[in-house]
Amino acid sequence: MSGIGNAVDALVDGVVAVLVVLGTVIMLISSLGVLRLPDVYTRAHATTKSATLGVLCILGGTFIHFLYHHHLVSIRLILVIFFVFMTAPVAGHMIIRAAHRAAFPLADISVRDAIRDDFGHPGDADKAADAGADEAGADGGGTAEDDGAMAEDDAAEADDEATAEDDAMADGNRQEGGTDHERA
Amino acid sequence: MMDLLMLACMFGLSLSIVAALYRMFHRESTVADRVLLLDSLSFIIIGIVAILSIWMDTTAFFESIVLIAILAFASTIALSRFVERGVVIVRDRERR
Repeated sequence: MSGIGNAVDALVDGVVAVLVVLGTVIMLISSLGVLRLPDVYTRAHATTKSATLGVLCILGGTFIHFLYHHHLVSIRLILVIFFVFMTAPVAGHMIIRAAHRAAFPLADISVRDAIRDDFGHPGDADKAADAGADEAGADGGGTAEDDGAMAEDDAAEADDEATAEDDAMADGNRQEGGTDHERA
Repeated sequence: MMDLLMLACMFGLSLSIVAALYRMFHRESTVADRVLLLDSLSFIIIGIVAILSIWMDTTAFFESIVLIAILAFASTIALSRFVERGVVIVRDRERR
């Protein structure tokens, strides 16, 4: 009887040890990627994906340990596992989206910026929007006949100007930020 | 045996912290790198605390795991908004 109990103990401890060691090895591989990869976009691969997997393995091992040895179904551990699983990709995506919008440079060896090629960059879009707003203002002054339409056009133009100013401010911020990054 | 293994795993995770700190204080790292590594550091610390609670056989640290996870997510969102446009809370409704 006690022999069977010892065997099950050893089995559960072995499962916990395998999960924890696997999580640690995955975290170490992730930090190796952080050290070796060239820019922030590739480092995000290393940190977000593998760090999430590693911490989920370790938390799963902890959950099994307390489930077997203390007969405790820890709601807090389940909550953390669920929370990390939900929020880690979101956080990684937020950081990388912010970095791409703030025009952090790609590594020198990268051949193509697919987002910039296919959807344009916020900086490019601002310049295009400025040119478009100027043309629209010239056309609207010449050909609009209805007063209501004129008022609407004016309102739309005011909105355009406001957004253009905001974009200019954002550009200024981005420039300052760029110098900051270079200095840092 | 189990205790030694848990200590070895904590040592490995602390090596991972050292690597992340080296990259964080590296001269060529950008601000986005540092925010990303702050997120990664919080995950490593969650792992260390989980292994510590196996090693000490106590459930007392689970609250700290929950708190570190929630604070890491909130701080990452706030810092990435700061990196993106220089402010954290946008009060003007026209700007996203």
